[in-house]
Amino acid sequence: MNKYKMQLTAEQQAILDGKQGEVKAKVLETLVMFGDIFGAEKLVPVTHKQGHLVTSFGIGLLKPLFSTMDKLIAGGVKAEGGFSVDPRPLDYANGKCNFLEKLVFDKILYSKQEMYENQLRKVGLTGSSKFTCACYLDEVGNQPKEGDVLSWAESSAVVYANSVLGARCNRNSGMLDLFGSIVGYVPYFGLLTDEGRKATWKVYVKTSKKPEAQVLGSAIGMKVMEDVPYVYGLDKFLGSELTDDVKAYLKDFGAATASNGAVGLYHIDSLTPEAKRLGEKLLAENCREYVIDDAELDRVYKSYPVMWKNKEKEGNLCFIGCPHLTYSQLCDWTDKIVASLKAANRKKVVVRTVLTSAPDVVAKFKQTKKYAELIATGATLTSICPLMYTNNPLTKMHRIMTNSNKLRTYSAARYYKDEEILKKITGVKEGK
Amino acid sequence: MKQFKGRVLAGGNWKGEAVVSHQGVNTLATFQKSALKNAKQVYASDQNNPDIYEKNITGKALCLPITIGSTTGGLVIQTVCAMKINPAAFLFSQHIDSLAASGIVLARIWENSPVIAIDQLGDEFLNTVKTGDTLEISEDGTVTVL
Repeated sequence: MNKYKMQLTAEQQAILDGKQGEVKAKVLETLVMFGDIFGAEKLVPVTHKQGHLVTSFGIGLLKPLFSTMDKLIAGGVKAEGGFSVDPRPLDYANGKCNFLEKLVFDKILYSKQEMYENQLRKVGLTGSSKFTCACYLDEVGNQPKEGDVLSWAESSAVVYANSVLGARCNRNSGMLDLFGSIVGYVPYFGLLTDEGRKATWKVYVKTSKKPEAQVLGSAIGMKVMEDVPYVYGLDKFLGSELTDDVKAYLKDFGAATASNGAVGLYHIDSLTPEAKRLGEKLLAENCREYVIDDAELDRVYKSYPVMWKNKEKEGNLCFIGCPHLTYSQLCDWTDKIVASLKAANRKKVVVRTVLTSAPDVVAKFKQTKKYAELIATGATLTSICPLMYTNNPLTKMHRIMTNSNKLRTYSAARYYKDEEILKKITGVKEGK
Repeated sequence: MKQFKGRVLAGGNWKGEAVVSHQGVNTLATFQKSALKNAKQVYASDQNNPDIYEKNITGKALCLPITIGSTTGGLVIQTVCAMKINPAAFLFSQHIDSLAASGIVLARIWENSPVIAIDQLGDEFLNTVKTGDTLEISEDGTVTVL
């Protein structure tokens, strides 16, 4: 007897009844109970079989995660389509740590990393290079097509897949991402439905120049929270084609909407696929409105608290690349750092600077001469998750700067706009 | 004394103290510091949420509109429930969001946690209840502000 409201197919009911094992039954029950909360009437097939998991870090304290994984492995279940996963937390070769930091990372924080990665491989991890939050990049290749149903987590990847690729995925949590990939079904509600993809906010961008992606996303996220915004006026700055630069902008914009709020889907008028196809048919009735001008962006920017103990001092560590940089962003940052150093008559960055990107993007970048140019500046390139690095309480010794509003939100890092951060790391004095 | 009726997601009877956030609670930012320290109590560590920042929320009724932030959110709720340092109840004024729902379901099914969750209590609930108020929760989803 099914105690849930959802209508299941005979196959799904058999799984729930334990015909494919107790563990798989529990996995399906989790998805059904979850779907029931949202009034989902059915489970629908995951059409893009490759999953993406948010939980990549073997933090010793996440015992429920490890014990659930053990149960999955013992039950003989796995994600048949494979999956990519968020970035690793550590890379000592490129993300320098002192002895004490290494001790804390290895023995306390990420003491289960190796064990957890073994678990991930057993349940379907696609390959050792697939540790990135930007799994949708060309070089990584986990790319759904418009209309595909996904079982992904990682807020920045979900909002990108929904908005820029036109795929369909709810803001799943860690574990449920894997569960959907294991059974091949997800509950049908929210951002999977046409109705759920309608915008309930009209956002008007009326700034005098192209807004900083991370601040604009932050402003919208904090205003609309989990709702869907339809953004007017951004195409004036971005154009109407999803070029590499535009996709990189939308990646950073979306990550800020998702972390400073809970946005899972946005539409950009005349630019993103559904907005181009359906236009204002995507607007729900009685939309609320939010106007963003220069003053509003400035207000939001100035509202960010500075969490450094000594707020007057300059930063001494900088992370660029949360979410992971695209190949074009990596080239662009290299050019900007080199040019800014040259203008300042310097050879090396004045602040320890770490750029982060997907392993497959880094491998491609290393084949170019720009890699040598970047390394010559003293900056380093790695594929870690900056957020996982800043989890170490010892990182409070550093005054971390970042151009990521996501990293700012989850750590004591201080946010700077791209132009400001470039000046800081290359030693260009204010006003120049 | 004022009563509110919500939808029961994970039921239970309980009486205790409220901690109120008028803005969305960022689950990862709120719980991560205490969870990482293996602390016995959670002191909310989200610097962007002045309503609950540095307040002890373990064993309390966390009253909130929804949760926000990273999609690790559900796993974080499952973890603090497994560690038994979770709020005793999550009382949502709005429809529960997908991350919090994941966490409640994972905690119930995989950890046998007694965590209580009620949603759709309405805006008036959040306007009425204050941090430090005593609340009584009934199995049927009734929340009484005493």
